[in-house]
Amino acid sequence: MDITTMMQMLGEGFITSLQIFALTLVGALPLGVVVVALRMCRFAPVRLIARAYISVMRGTPLMLQMFAIYFMPFYVFGVQLTPSSKWQAAVFAFIVNYAAYFAEIYRSGLQSVPRGQYEAAEVLGYSKFQTLVHIVVPQVVKRIMPAIGNEVITLVKDTSLAFAIGVGEMFSTAKALVASQVSMVPFVIAAAIYWAFNFAVELVLGSIEKRLAYYRD
Amino acid sequence: MPAVVSIKNARKSFGEVEVLRDISLEVARGEVVAVIGPSGGGKSTLLRCMTLLETLDAGGLSYGEVDAAVPGEDGASVYAKGDALKRARGRFGLVFQNYNLFPHFTVMRNIVDAPIRVQRRDRAEVEQRARELIERMGLEGCEDKVPCQLSGGQQQRVAIARALAMDPEVIFFDEPTSALDPELTAGVLRVIRGLAAEDMTMVVVTHEMDFAREVADRVVFMDGGVIVEEGPAEQVLDNPREDRTRAFLARIEK
Repeated sequence: MDITTMMQMLGEGFITSLQIFALTLVGALPLGVVVVALRMCRFAPVRLIARAYISVMRGTPLMLQMFAIYFMPFYVFGVQLTPSSKWQAAVFAFIVNYAAYFAEIYRSGLQSVPRGQYEAAEVLGYSKFQTLVHIVVPQVVKRIMPAIGNEVITLVKDTSLAFAIGVGEMFSTAKALVASQVSMVPFVIAAAIYWAFNFAVELVLGSIEKRLAYYRD
Repeated sequence: MPAVVSIKNARKSFGEVEVLRDISLEVARGEVVAVIGPSGGGKSTLLRCMTLLETLDAGGLSYGEVDAAVPGEDGASVYAKGDALKRARGRFGLVFQNYNLFPHFTVMRNIVDAPIRVQRRDRAEVEQRARELIERMGLEGCEDKVPCQLSGGQQQRVAIARALAMDPEVIFFDEPTSALDPELTAGVLRVIRGLAAEDMTMVVVTHEMDFAREVADRVVFMDGGVIVEEGPAEQVLDNPREDRTRAFLARIEK
């Protein structure tokens, strides 16, 4: 098999990887907002539940979470698995896992905004909601960008974990090609594609940070 | 005419420590009150209670006819809800020791955002007023800069403009020059002096005795959570009646 064919097959796999990546961001970034709201809720039991959720999501392997989410409907509820179940389970697992990390990043940002900012807003008569939306969140976004960038780049590579439940993303394709072609070249190509994409991600993150660099605090 | 702001029999404790013990203070329209005293004497807590950043344990607080807190049956403060509290907040401005400008807003937006968003005033009118304030604060050309591009003294003047743009009846200053070096201090004091000349009602917590002597109609000396002595500047600063006042003034003279 020539390299062009390999690259074509890997490219098709990478489209699946990209879909996992994009859907995870679209789902987990907002879900993280919900989780951090619960995590910082005034009502203690709610806070405790959110903490437990974050603890489990961060404290167990994503791969096992994927297994659990894939097999649970069948073993516990007897739901018949369909061909698209794997895909759905993988995306769902990624979203709930990454939301926990994003929630903690949001919390670090929220807690790093100085108390004086809240006090200045309070004295000026801003409501709690106005303070959050117009004063706090814009500053949080700037503060958490580097940490979010870390997660986003990790996510690109983590999509390869979907291989574990048999989702045909790029890493699965590479592994199959390595076995059938008795060659390490597919791995090299896959690595190059991951890196090239992450390089583009870095550029995007960099431009966002640059846009927010008009002020220091 | 009721006092612009009045706090009566105020008490406040943090845990076991009683920081305010039965403090009463009234400020009349146009009056400039300087609050002096050693650190930990309760000056800042008094200011934070009067600006509703802390709640009193006991006593009352009112702005003109608006009661922010009234003493209940047992003397414990009962705070107003929602609208009354909002109206009380609209009566005063506060200038912080470390400015607390919004770093992501330009100078202009720092000044106009609250009048537009909170008071729902007309943007054009507010911006016009902001430009006047900017000129008056000696900040021409800084409209589109962000706070980090300004010196501490300029930032503090923006903070004063931000407070003034809300048209408050009284402005509180919490050690407004403590974070500034002497050169920058002068510019901020000049602005406050100018406000005093226009009969702006002000309560200034300060360590600048010369400044207090010059602008204050009344000097309040606080120590140990009580007002030890108050009166005209010449009396409190130059001929104090209380030993504690004398001891404090002697300490800072050195």
